[in-house]
Amino acid sequence: MDLAPETLQKIESLFPKYPDKRSLTLPLCHLVQEDQGYLSDEAMKWIAAKLEIEPMKVLEVVSFYPMFRRKPIGKVHVKVCRTLSCALNGAYKTCEKLEEALACKRGGTSEDGNYTIEFVECIADCGKGPVVQVDDRLYENCGPEQLEELIARIKEAASADPVTARTAPEPGTPAYKG
Amino acid sequence: MAIQERRIIYKHVDEPGYTADIDCYLRNGGYEVLKKALQAKPEDLCKEVFDSGLTGRGGAGFPTGMKWKFLDRKSGKPIYLVCNADESEPGTFKDRQIIYQDPHQLIEGMAISAYAIQAKQAFIYIRGEFINGARILETAIEEARAKGFIGEDICGSGYSCDIVVHRGAGAYICGEETGLIESLEGKRGYPRIKPPYFPAVLGLYQCPTIVNNVETLSQVKHIIEMGGTEFAKIGVKGDTGTHIFGVSGHVQRPGYYEIEAGSATFGELLYDLCGGPLPGRKFKALIPGGSSTKILRFGERFTGKHPNTGEPFDWGVEDIPLDAISLRACGTFLGTGGSIVMDDSTDMMEVIANLMAFYGHESCGQCTPCREGSLWLNKMTTRMTCGHARPEDVDLMKNIADQIEGRTICAHGEAVAWPVQSHYNKFKDEYLDKIAHQGDGRGRYNPNGYPLI
Ligand SMILES: Cc1cc2nc3c(=O)[nH]c(=O)nc-3n(C[C@H](O)[C@H](O)[C@H](O)COP(=O)(O)O)c2cc1C
Ligand code: SF4
Ligand code: FES
Repeated sequence: MDLAPETLQKIESLFPKYPDKRSLTLPLCHLVQEDQGYLSDEAMKWIAAKLEIEPMKVLEVVSFYPMFRRKPIGKVHVKVCRTLSCALNGAYKTCEKLEEALACKRGGTSEDGNYTIEFVECIADCGKGPVVQVDDRLYENCGPEQLEELIARIKEAASADPVTARTAPEPGTPAYKG
Repeated sequence: MAIQERRIIYKHVDEPGYTADIDCYLRNGGYEVLKKALQAKPEDLCKEVFDSGLTGRGGAGFPTGMKWKFLDRKSGKPIYLVCNADESEPGTFKDRQIIYQDPHQLIEGMAISAYAIQAKQAFIYIRGEFINGARILETAIEEARAKGFIGEDICGSGYSCDIVVHRGAGAYICGEETGLIESLEGKRGYPRIKPPYFPAVLGLYQCPTIVNNVETLSQVKHIIEMGGTEFAKIGVKGDTGTHIFGVSGHVQRPGYYEIEAGSATFGELLYDLCGGPLPGRKFKALIPGGSSTKILRFGERFTGKHPNTGEPFDWGVEDIPLDAISLRACGTFLGTGGSIVMDDSTDMMEVIANLMAFYGHESCGQCTPCREGSLWLNKMTTRMTCGHARPEDVDLMKNIADQIEGRTICAHGEAVAWPVQSHYNKFKDEYLDKIAHQGDGRGRYNPNGYPLI
């Protein structure tokens, strides 16, 4: 498997932090997914070998946690919170509008491969709902008035390099190391 | 204005010019309490926390000092401290502000707590979606380590403890403390059966472990600063300190408000601080402390004898004081303080369908009543909002909830049951009315197969 040197380096730096190797399952899944875009069977086997556990144990984790995926997605990942506070403020409308503007059905990827839209559960910013998370960036108060701008930002993100776009921190935020 | 915020935990949240970096924290007196704490005996610090009467801020409200007392110190195994930064109960967004805006407050609180319980290592289990929060915490930990506030030989005291930030990956159940521990061990977040797995005895790696919420651990700093007995003077009997109310939904000014326990009422919070209902609307219902707590209906009366004062009370929702004891007397809970407000434009059937979609999705699937019951409720309530409800569904819904409550490994079962039971008690008539008029075009229905809110 072809992992970027800095991914490998990050992975190695994690081992001394934990008393037990298996604890690294989630961190490794995150790092490999960020690097590869998704977790292939090969990737899961690689992680298992690295942690000296059965591949099944990695699959078990990958299939349990909603943030891990076994298939590639669009260049830009749009997550719309659908839970109560956001819904009371119009999250369903927001999602419908995004689906229309990006020509992408929720739960799927647009034909041009640019966007994936998903409904997600509460992202703990309920006072500013509806909220939309675009890759690592959070957008608040995404009601009808804000949508034009949000759509423009999403389209802009799609024209950037996908990997950089996906892991770029919010302005003013330091880089995540592990 | 009658109502006053009392910002202790949130003193610097949203303060202009206040930043997350250590220099700003130090300029504001940061890490002084840690230095003072390291001079004290660990057991004395535990006693301060016990005397403070602090209750956990993660939802269950269990006394923190008591939990620390349960630690198995005889086993000789290393002790772990875990900070629960999973924050995933819908309506709750209070820990986020501490993590993003004042991370050193949490780190100082954790360092003091870790020393008090003599933990060997500490973890912050942060929900995966808070990727920027994880970045901020990691940087803050590095800064604190460089200055000797965590890591080897903290402030020259001879005590060592490091903090590791560990990201979850989108599962609500990993907020439950034993689910969290399993997840931290690299497994599916399946809650453990208690007993034997009380974390204070058999927790992370089968070692004694304390799991506390972000706000709880931050409070510890203030308890040690002012002393347990002083802290206990804030608030009311049985519920000391301040609470952060995260208000969302149909109010003019949603947001977070820190209030001394019992010093104001829901009416004051919602009208004075949150600006009241949206123009032309009236409040209809309130979920007081995160979506799993029982819903209250505006217009209903709560009567009884107050457990603290023995005085009889007769309150509407607006009159309920903002403390755990009074809310319990009204048949619900303070929980996380995540209050969701609904006005008269809200269709309660859609509300329950929305919540059941959440709890159905998040059941870990270990126990039959929760797994089957929450999925059934999800399907059924969704169907009802699409215009295919039957009158008998209303009783059936309640029946399913009753079958789940008390029959599961973890409190997710109650989190499914309580909203349904409380809706049944308070909005049954609205449900039946909507069902009776299903055919005549009155009311909202969604042809697309999902609820409109
Ligand atoms: C289904 C479920 C989800 C929970 N989610 C969270 C959470 O996201 N954050 C949290 O701090 N506590 C959560 N809790 C409560 C924890 O189990 C635990 O009581 C708490 O972290 C203990 O910390 P405290 O004593 O400081 O409140 C949850 C409990 C249950 C049953
Ligand atoms: S109650 Fe639900 S979430 Fe909790 S252990 Fe059982 S199935 Fe899992
Ligand atoms: S309900 Fe959308 S962020 Fe909480």
